[in-house]
Amino acid sequence: MLLLLGYFLGLYFLGSAIGGLVIALLVWGIMSLVAYFQGDSLLLAVSRARKIGRDDNPRLYNIVEEMKIASGLEKMPDIYIIDDPALNAFATGRDPNKASVAVTSGLLAKLNRDELQGVIGHEMAHVKNRDVLLMAMCAVMLGTIVILAWYATRVLFFSGMSGGRRSSRSDGGGGGQVIILAVGIVLIILAPILAQIIYFTISRKREYLADASSALYTRYPEGLASALEKIAASPVQLKSANQATAPMYTVNPFRQQGRAASNLTSTHPPIQERIRILRAMSGVSLADYDRAYREARGVKAGITPASALALDKMSGAAALRAPSPEAETAEESPQKVERARETSDMMWRLSNYRTVNCSCGTKLRVSPEFRGTSVQCPHCGRTLSVKV
Amino acid sequence: MLAVYIVGGIVVILLIFFIATYNGLIGLRNQLRNAWAQIDVQLKRRYDLIPNLIETVKGYVKHERETLEAVTKARNLAQSLSSGDVGARSKAEGELSSALSRLLAVAERYPDLKANQNFLALQEELTSTENKISFSRQYYNDSALNLNNKIQMFPSNVVAAITGFKLGEFFEVKAAEEREAPKVKFT
Repeated sequence: MLLLLGYFLGLYFLGSAIGGLVIALLVWGIMSLVAYFQGDSLLLAVSRARKIGRDDNPRLYNIVEEMKIASGLEKMPDIYIIDDPALNAFATGRDPNKASVAVTSGLLAKLNRDELQGVIGHEMAHVKNRDVLLMAMCAVMLGTIVILAWYATRVLFFSGMSGGRRSSRSDGGGGGQVIILAVGIVLIILAPILAQIIYFTISRKREYLADASSALYTRYPEGLASALEKIAASPVQLKSANQATAPMYTVNPFRQQGRAASNLTSTHPPIQERIRILRAMSGVSLADYDRAYREARGVKAGITPASALALDKMSGAAALRAPSPEAETAEESPQKVERARETSDMMWRLSNYRTVNCSCGTKLRVSPEFRGTSVQCPHCGRTLSVKV
Repeated sequence: MLAVYIVGGIVVILLIFFIATYNGLIGLRNQLRNAWAQIDVQLKRRYDLIPNLIETVKGYVKHERETLEAVTKARNLAQSLSSGDVGARSKAEGELSSALSRLLAVAERYPDLKANQNFLALQEELTSTENKISFSRQYYNDSALNLNNKIQMFPSNVVAAITGFKLGEFFEVKAAEEREAPKVKFT
């Protein structure tokens, strides 16, 4: 897209396509260098993050270290805490060896160990898959296209007003000039829009991949699913995010402001869908995630890049594990829960409610007046048939 | 003349393929060795943490001598085997894990101990070390899987056969006790 725009603009304005390409590449190059070298510190300064060491918060440090081992990163990333009651996290770092992970204090307070590990796993997956670098380059590409298009519009505007004196130096006569102009104008209008759409689509795809990788590292997709649920339920808005930094966060920081979560201009896929896919996984490999994704959306095309699927042959070889003890002891004592369940079960039966069991473990109670033939599980989204 | 060029081209392409695959196999094998070393690091960390834990717990749990002794014995046994045969070592480590979880379960019954900051910090470190041991094992097994896939699948198996790569061993759970999750009662 960038090269195409550069080619045509150069051809029209400078009489030389190569010149246009060179200038486009130059602008892109300078912006890339700036983003590459300054990216990290800028992002962290903007979000008011403070760095922590092993002794400042051993639990968080240990969780990050565990994920570092599971993902196979060579060096521990720097860990930062953002003092904000909102629940979110992000990762930056152009190189897996020089990465940083940041977590809000709200997140630390509300999540248990498994959930925190799921979130950190998701962030480390971004680092390992070099998503930060990819998104930065896409952003730069997008920025360059926008700049070139804007510049071209202004020049066109001014030269149009002064009567088109450029026609003499052309290399094909009047007819050729007009066609190039037409194509140029179409590109100027379309390129920024298309580039933006591509940018957001790539961002969403990488988010799915990070979710899948997190499930693979932790061997426990329910952790991340449960964490996403808690984050979705929290009404607090993250103060320091802006449009430029949005893709780096675990969850779209702007979801409260009424942005439609699933349209083309969103950097993150909708949370409910992410939760459903994670809960519907029957194994932990990337192929299992892909299968769950296709089922949940009812589409044939998967979401995992073919190159990642080719490398991943663990379908069925890696098993889910049980929740960690911290999660279990945090629940109420088992007897109380059991007794409450028995009582409510009796009440349901007395009122003639029917029970439908979903394979994700949820028991749905269907009222006697319900006349339909199928219901959807609120947890994992599977459609279940109801006996009349 | 053209035929010579074509054959030459094919030979060059095959050579490049051979070199690239060989390098890939070397990379995977080194990754596997590194993963094995990582497991060692975590196991050693556990040995170092345990004496501390025993000291902290001793003052509070007056009647649990056998449990404490079981942990110390298991730890010493595992440490003594640390340079030996993988099978025996795996078994010893498994027994140490069980002894530790029994100790931690017992400690749940002592509210004074649970309120002690030292104990809480140690418990966090131990839990984390156990997790790290599992994750390094997991990573080791994943790396072994990748290496074995590359060695056995076509076309890289040709290169592997020529240069003599051996299959990586999976780190399997051998001790029967380790396979069962310890049953913990919270009263």
